[in-house]
Amino acid sequence: MNLNEEVELLKGVPIFSKVEQARLKLLAFTSERVNFGVGQEVCHQGDPGDTMYVILGGTADVLIDTPNGQITVAEMKRNSFFGEIAILCDVPRTATIKAKEPLATLKITKDMFYRLVAEFPEMAIEIMRELAHRLEDTNQKLRAATRAA
Amino acid sequence: MERSLFSYIWRHSRPEQVVILLLVVLAQIFYFMSLTVPKSVINNGIQGNAFKDSKTIPFLVWELDLTAIFPGKVIRFFDGFQVDQLQYLVVMSFVFLGAVVVNGLFKKTINTQKGRMGERMLRRLRYELYDRILRFPPAHFRKVKQAELATMVKDEVEPLGGFIGDAFVQPMFLGGQALTAIIFIMMQNWLLGIIVIVLLAAQMAIIPRLRRPVLVLGRERQISARQLAGRIAETADGVHEIHIHGAANYERADISERLGRIFKIRFDLYQKKFVAKFWNNILSQATPFAIYLIGGYFAITGHMDVGAVVGVLLAYKDLPSPIKELIDWDQQRQDVQIKYEQVIDQFQPEGMMPPELQVIPEGPPPPLGKELALAGVVVSEDGRVKQLDSLSLTVPTNGRVAVIGGSGSGKEVLGYVLARQTLPASGSIRIDGKDFFQLPEYIIGARLAYVGQDTYLFPVSVRDNLLFGLKLRPVAPATYDEATRALRESFWKESERAGNPAFDPNADWVDYELAGATGPADLLPCMVRVLKQVELDEDIYSLGLRGTVDAKLRPDLAEKILKARHTLHEHLQDGTYAGLVEPFNKDHYNKNLSVAENLLFGTALGKQFDGDNLAADPYVLSVLKETGLDLELQRMGLTIAETMVELFSGLSPDNPLFEQYSFISADELPNVRLLLQRLGGKGIEAVPEADRIRLMTLPFRYIEARHRLGLIDAAMEERILGARRAFAEGLPDNLRDAVEFYDFERYNSAATLQDNILFGRLVYGQAQAGERIGTLIAQVFDELGLRDSVIEVGLEYNVGVGGKRLPASQRQKLGIARALIKRPELMVVNEAVAMFDGRTQDRIRDNILAGASEGNRGVFWIANRPSQAEPFEKIVVMQGGRVVAQGSPSELAAKGGLYAELMASA
Repeated sequence: MNLNEEVELLKGVPIFSKVEQARLKLLAFTSERVNFGVGQEVCHQGDPGDTMYVILGGTADVLIDTPNGQITVAEMKRNSFFGEIAILCDVPRTATIKAKEPLATLKITKDMFYRLVAEFPEMAIEIMRELAHRLEDTNQKLRAATRAA
Repeated sequence: MERSLFSYIWRHSRPEQVVILLLVVLAQIFYFMSLTVPKSVINNGIQGNAFKDSKTIPFLVWELDLTAIFPGKVIRFFDGFQVDQLQYLVVMSFVFLGAVVVNGLFKKTINTQKGRMGERMLRRLRYELYDRILRFPPAHFRKVKQAELATMVKDEVEPLGGFIGDAFVQPMFLGGQALTAIIFIMMQNWLLGIIVIVLLAAQMAIIPRLRRPVLVLGRERQISARQLAGRIAETADGVHEIHIHGAANYERADISERLGRIFKIRFDLYQKKFVAKFWNNILSQATPFAIYLIGGYFAITGHMDVGAVVGVLLAYKDLPSPIKELIDWDQQRQDVQIKYEQVIDQFQPEGMMPPELQVIPEGPPPPLGKELALAGVVVSEDGRVKQLDSLSLTVPTNGRVAVIGGSGSGKEVLGYVLARQTLPASGSIRIDGKDFFQLPEYIIGARLAYVGQDTYLFPVSVRDNLLFGLKLRPVAPATYDEATRALRESFWKESERAGNPAFDPNADWVDYELAGATGPADLLPCMVRVLKQVELDEDIYSLGLRGTVDAKLRPDLAEKILKARHTLHEHLQDGTYAGLVEPFNKDHYNKNLSVAENLLFGTALGKQFDGDNLAADPYVLSVLKETGLDLELQRMGLTIAETMVELFSGLSPDNPLFEQYSFISADELPNVRLLLQRLGGKGIEAVPEADRIRLMTLPFRYIEARHRLGLIDAAMEERILGARRAFAEGLPDNLRDAVEFYDFERYNSAATLQDNILFGRLVYGQAQAGERIGTLIAQVFDELGLRDSVIEVGLEYNVGVGGKRLPASQRQKLGIARALIKRPELMVVNEAVAMFDGRTQDRIRDNILAGASEGNRGVFWIANRPSQAEPFEKIVVMQGGRVVAQGSPSELAAKGGLYAELMASA
């Protein structure tokens, strides 16, 4: 997969959806491609996270620790991404991600992301707008829920 | 050392000085001759005074005139040749020439002798000063600055070397010359002579007086320059503090102030010097003035012949320079005497160690003794606060004792005392009845080890640092071939002449026995053992992986590593490691190498093909042209340039992304953008020739797997492979040594051990590829029993100035290992593990204890945490510089008190 395809995938990530194509290309170019073998963990529940991954190929299991052991709650395929909140603020990983098939990912680190945002403030505005939409969305849902209750 | 420089010089160079003096006296005869001959040439040869009565006169008459003893008695051995005036002129002219030549030869010999003697004395003086530094009492180093010591030994004694050769000879020689000239003048006319003498005496009385202030200023200059050196060294040592505290300008102010003072001193010096010079010139011109006036008057009135006046003038021509030099010499004498005093004052502190304690041992050092007894030991820093207060303690040297106490208990001072770094103010320390402080250093060095909180490492290899404590004496002389042997012998002879010891640093100084080895062959396991004890073996192993081995020097090791390469590549065939490494294959394009690396397909040796030089190399360019790859690369470069302009435009030029990721530097980007704009989407053919070359270099750094621009397709791979083959086949002979091609069956001396065993590249973007392959490599080395050999390579790593190339914890570990490898009878550990984390502290302690109990050796452990003391046989509890309790852990626990308190706090 080459750079342009990676950019297309990045566009599918909501917080990046409005960011200029050229900036995403730079983000993709400066980010690392990381492949995981079957059974390798991409991240572990509870660990501090500061990286986001976009799945470029293969499948991964999403596992959650329960008192009765780990259970698989979902499966992720190409175009899926996770950890996008982790690059904005430090949050522990909420699930363990494990490669089910050989997994190809694009690894976007907080550092790299911040560096680009610092360089291109309009990127930050686009992301803010997206987050505001999400907040508004959540608020609406909350209002609807409280009204219903 | 003598206070007077003269007696120092006389004591150490008497025979040489005498030889030179004799030569000088002999030289005077010829000098006198070169003065008298011109008179004969003028009077007899030219004016023909002696030929007035006869046509010829006897020449070269050899007779012994005894008239002084037996009146009228002259024994004539040879009547001489009869010569006429012309012959006389010719012969006498040649005699003059001969005298000049002989005079010159004498001068040359004397100067050579003087030079050698001066250099020898300088060497002696420097050695003695250095020798004294090694015998300074430890406390003295808190007062002196190292840079000042260095300046004194190196720079301040330097002028002494030049003077030493002249110390006795110069006044004799110049004095002799002056005297000869004066006698000659006296012989011509006593009145003229007396006038000259009076004028000279006036000069010699006045000028030194004028110069006295110059000397005082000279002394100030010396001290201020020395302090400046110390200050600059302080700046270098404390540079981090300066930056952290933003004190750079305060430092500037200080230096500026100092330089201002130095300027004033130096300028004053100049002024005074030129005033002295002015008077010197005036006074020295007074003499010819007198000769012209009075001599001329005598010549006119016929009291003297013209030849004699010319002779006096000639003699006088030679007079001012020896006189001036004599005055200069006197000035220099006072100057160096002051310098000498200034230097040696700094080199005789109170309490220097007597030289006997540092003698070189004849054979293996004797054992330390059984029991160390401290009685009433008092240590106080300034005479008031007692850090150790009448401390009494008996320690069996083979016991395992821990000392605990709070901060200020004096436990670490006890450690300094046992390391002989601090001298007690009173009390005694005896080892089996002998004074501990009178034991020779080699016994302490060999049998007692000490590690403190910080370790100094010398800027040599890890190995040399580790073995440093074993180098007490030359164990086996170095082997030399016949010719070198002779050279070395004469080198040592010269050393002895200058009072330097004829020790050979090339000899084998390592005392293998001390380390428990029998020779160089089985030393490695001993080194690995102690590295394991301090948990440094892993780190040195990693250094080894990054180190190189020259296959010519270690063919055996290269062979084994080659074998390891084969084994590793067998393992890489396993499914578990699939896709982690892309091996080097002559017939495949390696996606994890850059285009340049793929083209070269080897390690560049030297600068020719290294890094960016490859793209500019004429041979490489010719290969690219022949294979037609140049146009392809230019095209690729154009694509890269377009991508870079697209990606990086708008980024601020100082953004680190440029450096890390861009193929084009921030400065160049605007130019490239302009070029692309001019091009307006046209192909490479439209690009001017000059720009094409620049574009062509861009793809050299391009790595397909990393940069993912999709520029290298199968066809491109084929073309680059073609160029790779053409490059290797056509490589001219003179470039053969510039590259070591990758060859699976050959060891590559230029590459690291890791690269050699890997023979490939880690594939980009494989999660944990580095760790997994690292583990696999370690496993392969273990299987083949090569781990120690890798450590051996790592031991060659140079630790840098003060060991700064190693992290602090590794430095400290190496310091402990350096003490352990001696297998000391008693090892004093003075809070030396404090910088490690708690578990590491305990593990290293246990390793040291285990090693010590195995050999029934002693450990004196000054604990940084009381809980460390648990596994020791005996615990000493200290408070306020005294021992408040001691005994086995169970006894102490039963008593409670401070011990229980300390243990509870830990």
